[in-house]
Amino acid sequence: MGKVLMKGNEAIGEAAIRAGCLNYFAYPITPQSEVAEYLSRRLPEAGGVFLQGESEVAVSYMIFGAAACGERVFTTSSSPGISLMSEGISYITAGQCPAVFVNIMRGGPGLGGILPSQADYMQSVKGGGHGDYKLLVMAPASVQEAVEMMMSAFALAEKYRNPVMILGDGLIGQMMEPVEFPDALKAEPSNKDEWATNGMATRNSNQRNLVKTLYLDPEELNSHNLMLRAKYAQMEQEEVRYEAYNVDEDYSLLIVSYGTMSRVCRTAIDNLKDQGVEIGMIRPQTLFPFPKTAIYDAAGKKSCRAVLCVEMCMGQMVEDVERSVSGQRPVHWYGKCGGEVPTPEEVMEEVNKLANP
Amino acid sequence: MQNEVQFAGFGGQGIMLMGQILAEAAMQQGYEVVWIPSYGPEMRGGTAYCTVVASDRPIGSPIIRYPKHLVAMNRPSLEKFAPTVKSGGTVFINSSMISIDAGRDDVDVIKVPIIEIAKELGNVKAANIVALAAFVSRSQVVDFELLRESVKAKFARKEKLIPLNMKALEAGKKAAMV
Repeated sequence: MGKVLMKGNEAIGEAAIRAGCLNYFAYPITPQSEVAEYLSRRLPEAGGVFLQGESEVAVSYMIFGAAACGERVFTTSSSPGISLMSEGISYITAGQCPAVFVNIMRGGPGLGGILPSQADYMQSVKGGGHGDYKLLVMAPASVQEAVEMMMSAFALAEKYRNPVMILGDGLIGQMMEPVEFPDALKAEPSNKDEWATNGMATRNSNQRNLVKTLYLDPEELNSHNLMLRAKYAQMEQEEVRYEAYNVDEDYSLLIVSYGTMSRVCRTAIDNLKDQGVEIGMIRPQTLFPFPKTAIYDAAGKKSCRAVLCVEMCMGQMVEDVERSVSGQRPVHWYGKCGGEVPTPEEVMEEVNKLANP
Repeated sequence: MQNEVQFAGFGGQGIMLMGQILAEAAMQQGYEVVWIPSYGPEMRGGTAYCTVVASDRPIGSPIIRYPKHLVAMNRPSLEKFAPTVKSGGTVFINSSMISIDAGRDDVDVIKVPIIEIAKELGNVKAANIVALAAFVSRSQVVDFELLRESVKAKFARKEKLIPLNMKALEAGKKAAMV
């Protein structure tokens, strides 16, 4: 199959099917409703199940139920909807079930707006619900990357028996770009017989599988949390992904930016290069685990005088960038969060202020 | 080389479709492509617009504040976006609905009465294809033959509309030459 021109939201839906996921439960919300629209037609064709829940809270538990039975399952929503799902996400994480959540972020807080935003960074990477848990969070910067991340998300969720989140912004969902779909993947979690409540007869075994989140014995709960923590430590060892841009040059400033915002920064960096100014960029592709070492090393380069974190929110990623830079260089922030995406010119102006103080 | 085209008009004028057809043709020509709709609150009643970016290298910022070309389907769109067009670009004006000028002497201005032309072809709904054809044949942002293929592909599920739209393409091309 060659390249097809597709809207991000539709491509995300198609990618899930090709990743062998035939269960999608959702509740519509702008700017990601096209995923549901697309899958309501496409999933029955593919032999799958599309169900619209009565609310996002209900959807999160429908996901829990299907995931506990060892089915590949996912949902999509946007910021306020993800807040509602956060309770269920906490339970799914505690129950150690694999599932994929897609958040096509819009502006907040509250109902906010419907335009692109990156204001759910903290909620996504620090755990939006209660308890000690984390999600593996991937942030695509193009429709093609959204497809590839979607297709790898299910296997990662199953490897760790933990939900994976794809964190996009309104533009990733709304824009059309040419995409090429990788070959379809096999349809079943390979390790599910070890944990899924899929019936002893189904797996021809005497082992009784139990999915639960209640641990009243403090020692047992502590061990449970230590085991979860070990999984997150393993993610930090094995799953960090990032892209380094223009880092072979002697740059005076390092940008850290992800998603749509990083593309704007890339254009700003190209334009500045034409003017003889070199700027480097680290674009985290995974937000948890965060590319700490890459940022530490890039910020520590001799020519680099400062680090600029560019996001469509009020600087939620700055803490992680500061933690990574570890005091080697000052960390600044630039961004907007009303839904208007900063232009390359605005980023360049900000860079010039820092480069020529 | 990067081309940016802003399509703008009222909701219902086929703005999104024009952009998608152009984006598809540009993709077939081997360009990197991005199509971005306006999905903000202005969609109902006011101006609807979309942007197509076609480039021979990976597209960085999908947000274009200063496009190279503008296709203005109504007066508010022309007033709002004509000042943003880059010098040397193209401004297409739907002269069936817009009585004012672009107010620019550093761009190529094309005025085509697309509604009258579409009515003559027998269906006013083809006006956006007339406009697209006029704009493409003048600005040459994509190969006209690929545009024709892209229109056919878009109407593949409404096959009986293809002859009308082929006529609309020719009429638009002819109008842009005058």
